[in-house]
Amino acid sequence: MTDLFTRLISSSVAKKAGVPQPTRLRRYQPGVALCEGPVLVAGGGRFEGGLTDWLATLAIATQAQSDDSADRLGGVVIDLSAATDPTDLDQLRVIGAPAIKRLAKNGRLVVIGTDPATLTDLAEVSTQRALEGAVRSIAKELRAGATANLVLAQGDSSGGVRSAVEFFLSGRSAYVDGQVVRVGESTATNPDALRPLSGKVAVVTGAARGIGAEIATVLARDGATVVAVDIPSAGDALAEVANKIGGTALQVDVTAPDAGRRIVEHATGRHGSIDIVVHNAGITRDKLLVNMDESRWQSVIDVNLGSILRMSAAILADGGMADGGRIVCVASIAGIAGNRGQSNYGASKAGVIGLVGALSNELRERGITVNAVAPGFIETAMTARIPFTTREIGRRMNSLQQGGRPVDVAETIAWFAQPGSAAVTGQVLRICGQSLLGA
Amino acid sequence: MATKPTPRKTRRAAVLGGNRIPFARANGAYAKASNQDMLTATLDGLVARYGLAGERLGEVVAGAVLKHSRDFNLTRETVLGSRLDPTTPAYDVQQACGTGLEAAILVANKVALGQIEVGIAGGVDSASDAPIAVSEGLRHTLLAANRAKTVAQRAKALAGLRPGDLLPSIPQNVEPRTGLSMGQHMAITAERWGITREAQDELAAASHQHLAAAYERGFYDDLVTPYLDVTRDNNLRADSTVEKLAKLKPVFGKGEHATMTAGNSTPLTDGASAVLIASEEWSREHHLTPLAWLVDAETAAVDYVHGDEGLLMAPAYAVPRLLARNGLALQDFDFYEIHEAFAATVLTTLKAWEDPAFCRDRLGLAGALGAIDPAKLNVNGSSLAAGHPFAATGGRILASLAKGLHENGGGRGLISICAAGGQGVVAILEA
Repeated sequence: MTDLFTRLISSSVAKKAGVPQPTRLRRYQPGVALCEGPVLVAGGGRFEGGLTDWLATLAIATQAQSDDSADRLGGVVIDLSAATDPTDLDQLRVIGAPAIKRLAKNGRLVVIGTDPATLTDLAEVSTQRALEGAVRSIAKELRAGATANLVLAQGDSSGGVRSAVEFFLSGRSAYVDGQVVRVGESTATNPDALRPLSGKVAVVTGAARGIGAEIATVLARDGATVVAVDIPSAGDALAEVANKIGGTALQVDVTAPDAGRRIVEHATGRHGSIDIVVHNAGITRDKLLVNMDESRWQSVIDVNLGSILRMSAAILADGGMADGGRIVCVASIAGIAGNRGQSNYGASKAGVIGLVGALSNELRERGITVNAVAPGFIETAMTARIPFTTREIGRRMNSLQQGGRPVDVAETIAWFAQPGSAAVTGQVLRICGQSLLGA
Repeated sequence: MATKPTPRKTRRAAVLGGNRIPFARANGAYAKASNQDMLTATLDGLVARYGLAGERLGEVVAGAVLKHSRDFNLTRETVLGSRLDPTTPAYDVQQACGTGLEAAILVANKVALGQIEVGIAGGVDSASDAPIAVSEGLRHTLLAANRAKTVAQRAKALAGLRPGDLLPSIPQNVEPRTGLSMGQHMAITAERWGITREAQDELAAASHQHLAAAYERGFYDDLVTPYLDVTRDNNLRADSTVEKLAKLKPVFGKGEHATMTAGNSTPLTDGASAVLIASEEWSREHHLTPLAWLVDAETAAVDYVHGDEGLLMAPAYAVPRLLARNGLALQDFDFYEIHEAFAATVLTTLKAWEDPAFCRDRLGLAGALGAIDPAKLNVNGSSLAAGHPFAATGGRILASLAKGLHENGGGRGLISICAAGGQGVVAILEA
């Protein structure tokens, strides 16, 4: 997927000439240590002790204070969930500044706060809200593949915080930077750390190629039995994906009126249940609104949004997804920031974000989580066809100075799908390297 | 003293589903694909649909009519190149256009006898990537030179070569014993039975319309996997009408009695198909729903060389024998799948069954088998529209009929396939 320009600017000659080189990001591999180096855990919040104990079980060295003589830090976790007054924010500087200086390549800064929406005291609300501005700014200051993200706890139980901290410290979040995740109350954990999705049946739409094929592959790697779904005309590529990961191929157009029923029948009939559904199938039909015809508009809205609404009815009906299930939608930063020539696409993806918010509330009692990823510039055959200037702007104008990979999207989805992520619902997580678009 | 083993009961063999690549007119989209390429793609599509990657099956049975000598172990080589467990055994069969259905009967019989739990039956044919052999003269000369012990003997053997011997021998769609093509044979039979041009064109148009409608309603979504950018059978003309077909010039037969055109005869076609057949137990263990049961089958042959029967009339003989064995009347079926080698083949067969004299004199029956309801015939299209890659047609029909019966909520279907050499393979499916 490397074009001539990319090869030129990443060549050894360009490197010597001083062209800034993007860092090769640390990506997740099963069985590899969570971080490359010890983790500093500080801040005095209510999760600090639990996180230190948990990291010890993973054989990750922790420090409570920055120690200049020690190894470079793999990660820094600052728990400011107990901060109640704006003066407490200085802890971020006091703890963060020396630690960031010692942060290793591809290091991680994770800040933990309390969700301001759960607070009432004016000083507390503003203090906790301030963390977001600070973390997003620090993320832009970090270099060499390091990221900074914020976890906002809605309660006191540590399950959700631990799940989110694990995700942000790990290579799964390689291209997630400057983001905020809210976590609710849960004590759920993953029964099998190496194969967290073991025993689960996952449906992935649009699985024949690109990001969808990668999602299917990663879910299977994490232990899930995968039903790979795509339109009949993509059946040959779909069969290849299904055979490679030991899943089954289901050729069905997601816009067919009975698509939801056929998916549920296949998953439950063949594999016994339907635990995870990833709505990834999507199309673009770009035109300026003034030149947009009805079919371009309607087909994008129907494939990207209408089909999900219809399928959800069947998937969530009796005999469909069991309690504790996981639904993940693939939105886009176009649905947040908008894109010239993509009024139809932007509408559909913003609609998906609306759906995730509403459906997550509706399904909270059933223990079904509903989340979305919003990819930024991801290196695929589709983005390789974008005109040069637009492509290079999309690829470089982010804090990590590079495009993401399909696997980065897939890893985030796999995290949402984990049993241990029960506390994470209604979230829209951008996978964009902190792109300037829609920031 | 050893106790005599009790004979095992036979059991039902289920058709669980099928897969095929879209059929493509010869020398087109699949011109450079070999039989092994097409059969491998078809097998892998079936493996993906039913989650069989890495599974060892009882056996895979398939064949091709036009076959290269290097493909002596075509099916086994295909299995080795597929996603199935390489310890899955395989063998080739060949019964002309009956190959695909005969392969399925073999697999089903082994399942019925308890010799295997599951197998795949298939077929493939490329009329494009056809084997071309050296002429008989050149072959004899080369073999003689090979046997020669001295240079002089070898020179003498090679000196016997004539310029004409250098022409390659290309396979032809003709009967070796009559020198007539299948179409010429059919034209004789059609004329004898008075099959009209209009009736043939009507059947052809219906085939296209039925196949197009089946695609439109998603019937083939889980029966076909695209291949080499072809997503639907490319012989299909969804807008085919009797009026358009009426404009075509006859290609078989002579003079004013010539009724057979390129529109109401099947074109040379490339393609492959495969069907998954298993025992009830295996189906249950693998959470797969049987679409239909392969109940019984019969094969017949006619003497078209010395006798006066038509080349493609054997199914007309096979079906009544199958009906008698199963205590059924011709009308006891919900669907009929009569392979459209030519529109005239279907029409002749039906007319013969309606003819008391034929049924009495040739079939030895008391009276005519009678007519069938034409609304039950080839309801999802057949070979005139889909095309006819010889050995792949049986699998196409078997999987489509099994799915049709399942969709129907049950019923009984009859399959009838004519084959070169004056043969016919027929079978009953029930759901």
